Amino acid sequence: MSDRIFGSATIVLSLLMVWATGLIEESFIQDPLGPKAFPLVIAGIMGLSGLVMIFKPDAEPHWPGLVKLAELVATVGVFVAYAQSLPIAGFVLSTAVATAFLVWRLGGTTRQSLIGGVVIAVGIYAVFQHVLGLNLAKGPWGF
Amino acid sequence: MDTFNSLANGFAIALTWQNLFLALIGCFLGTLIGALPGLGPSNGVAILIPVVFSLGLPATPALILLTSVYYGAMYGGRISSILLNIPGDEPALMTTLDGYPMARAGQAGEALAISGIASFVGAFFATWGLVFLAPQLVDLALLFGPAEYFAMFTLAFATLGGVTSANQAKAAFAAAIGLALAFVGVDGQTGVPRFSFGNVHFYDGIDFLIAIVGMFALSEVLVFIEERGQKNSTSTQPVTSIGRSIPPWSMLKQTSGSMARGTVLGFIAGVLPGAGASLGSFLAYTVEKKVVGKNGKFGQGDPRGVAAPEAGNNAAAGGALVPMLALGVPGSGTTAVLLAMLLSLNITPGPLLFTNNPDVVWGLIAALFIANIMLLLLNVPMVGLFARILRIPPYYLMPAVAMISFIGIYALTNSTFDLMLMIAFGVFGWLMRKLNIPMVPVILGILLGELMEKNLRRALTISDGDMSILYGSPLAVTFLAMAIAGFVLPIFIAKFVTPKRMVIPESHNDGTSD
Repeated sequence: MSDRIFGSATIVLSLLMVWATGLIEESFIQDPLGPKAFPLVIAGIMGLSGLVMIFKPDAEPHWPGLVKLAELVATVGVFVAYAQSLPIAGFVLSTAVATAFLVWRLGGTTRQSLIGGVVIAVGIYAVFQHVLGLNLAKGPWGF
Repeated sequence: MDTFNSLANGFAIALTWQNLFLALIGCFLGTLIGALPGLGPSNGVAILIPVVFSLGLPATPALILLTSVYYGAMYGGRISSILLNIPGDEPALMTTLDGYPMARAGQAGEALAISGIASFVGAFFATWGLVFLAPQLVDLALLFGPAEYFAMFTLAFATLGGVTSANQAKAAFAAAIGLALAFVGVDGQTGVPRFSFGNVHFYDGIDFLIAIVGMFALSEVLVFIEERGQKNSTSTQPVTSIGRSIPPWSMLKQTSGSMARGTVLGFIAGVLPGAGASLGSFLAYTVEKKVVGKNGKFGQGDPRGVAAPEAGNNAAAGGALVPMLALGVPGSGTTAVLLAMLLSLNITPGPLLFTNNPDVVWGLIAALFIANIMLLLLNVPMVGLFARILRIPPYYLMPAVAMISFIGIYALTNSTFDLMLMIAFGVFGWLMRKLNIPMVPVILGILLGELMEKNLRRALTISDGDMSILYGSPLAVTFLAMAIAGFVLPIFIAKFVTPKRMVIPESHNDGTSD
């Protein structure tokens, strides 16, 4: 079933690609093939592969249960929050919080998460900012 | 003679203190990355590329560092295979079959030493193969016109997709999505924006580093979170006593033939586009079992079952560099990632690389020899240290990997938008792993899409729109025929090969063949 759903999504995607190809403006510089032809061929291949997935699906993969899925969604949420907060809160604070969450979800105890978060954030900061000289995000406190 | 002069120049470049130091760091990091379960050479190199790139190293030192990581990770994969029965990466799968039983029987030290020596032999001779074969291939490649290039790219996609997945439709989908992502941005020929939907962030295209790091590193973290608590972790008790780390002479003598056969098979598997190290070690082990026959105790701790696949996978790593450097077509997942590195340093691999940037190529090849010797010296005596590092629990390791991925991309682009794009690629990568869709063709598509289209359009400009130019030369026809065979044959071969490969202990699909 998963393959069938994914195959259908693939076909929709390939149709979207055909539509978006139509939006490409023609330029006054021209070559025999133009900017539209190759994308159309690729959209065709994509659509075909979607059809095959619908008619010849593989065995069902093992999907996570609802609780696991919520956990994964939360992890992605933390990634997004981390990306957004980097320029605002600075590297060390954002990283410590995000790392602590990951350590906790990967099976660390509360104490291990807190220590891991701080140690990994400060450790990476020390190595990358001071040893390697990379410019990490600066928060209001300069780190 | 030319080759030897060039190689000597290469050694002059590689033997500076800075480059030696970088090779040493790379070897150490690589072994570590390879040894840690779940992180293979492609992930390792993928995470480090943005970091190395934002350090602003010149091309040759950057390449030396990353290829040392690559070779190191190929060496390191065996450590967790032997001690934990968990392959550090896919090519190390075959090493678990005899390596872990040897360790269980109190021969961990011998198994590690034999596998280290076999890795050295495989990589050493494969690097010589690279020295002699790559320039030959360059001579051939100089005969290529745009139509031949287009046919060759088609071949690369067909075979890489065909070998990395048992399901051709999924491989084709992966290649198509990669090529579609390559269209995003301003069209190089006519200057019109395509698939950018008016978003300025998309005007200069999607950076493949973002896609690579997201799909390999972030999706790995998601897989780890998902699998926590599901794995029966009690089945793998680490072997704590290493025992003697110098193998007896008789064992070396017994395994020398296995190393030789493994090296040859591995090198061939590496040179073939798309086959990669997993096939190398698989072939080496299977053939070794056939050759030795009933005289061996394969599966119960036969040292030959450790030597052959280790020689095979390391020889394949060297072999995969041949088409990558000479043609610009990567032979495996990790070389696809290395190709990304070259392109971001403004170096286009391919026949002209040998004439335009001889320093880069030969410095790199010399560095491979040096790295290989360093790895032998690091790996045989320091195996105890690496074994201790294996005890870092994944709940500290994986968050650090995720954070380093974020830093690498952020330091490069300073853009939150790119980080969000990377997260999106991470989620997509996770979905692809679930559905068993190979990720390497996607990367290859993003990398080669522009060149492929450019060559296609150039060919048709030359012929003034006549399609027959695409199959007008014997070379192009050969490539296209090989592409069709490479795409279709695995459908039949998979029926024989896949069931055997599936027996192997718990290891999740990391989307590469390497």
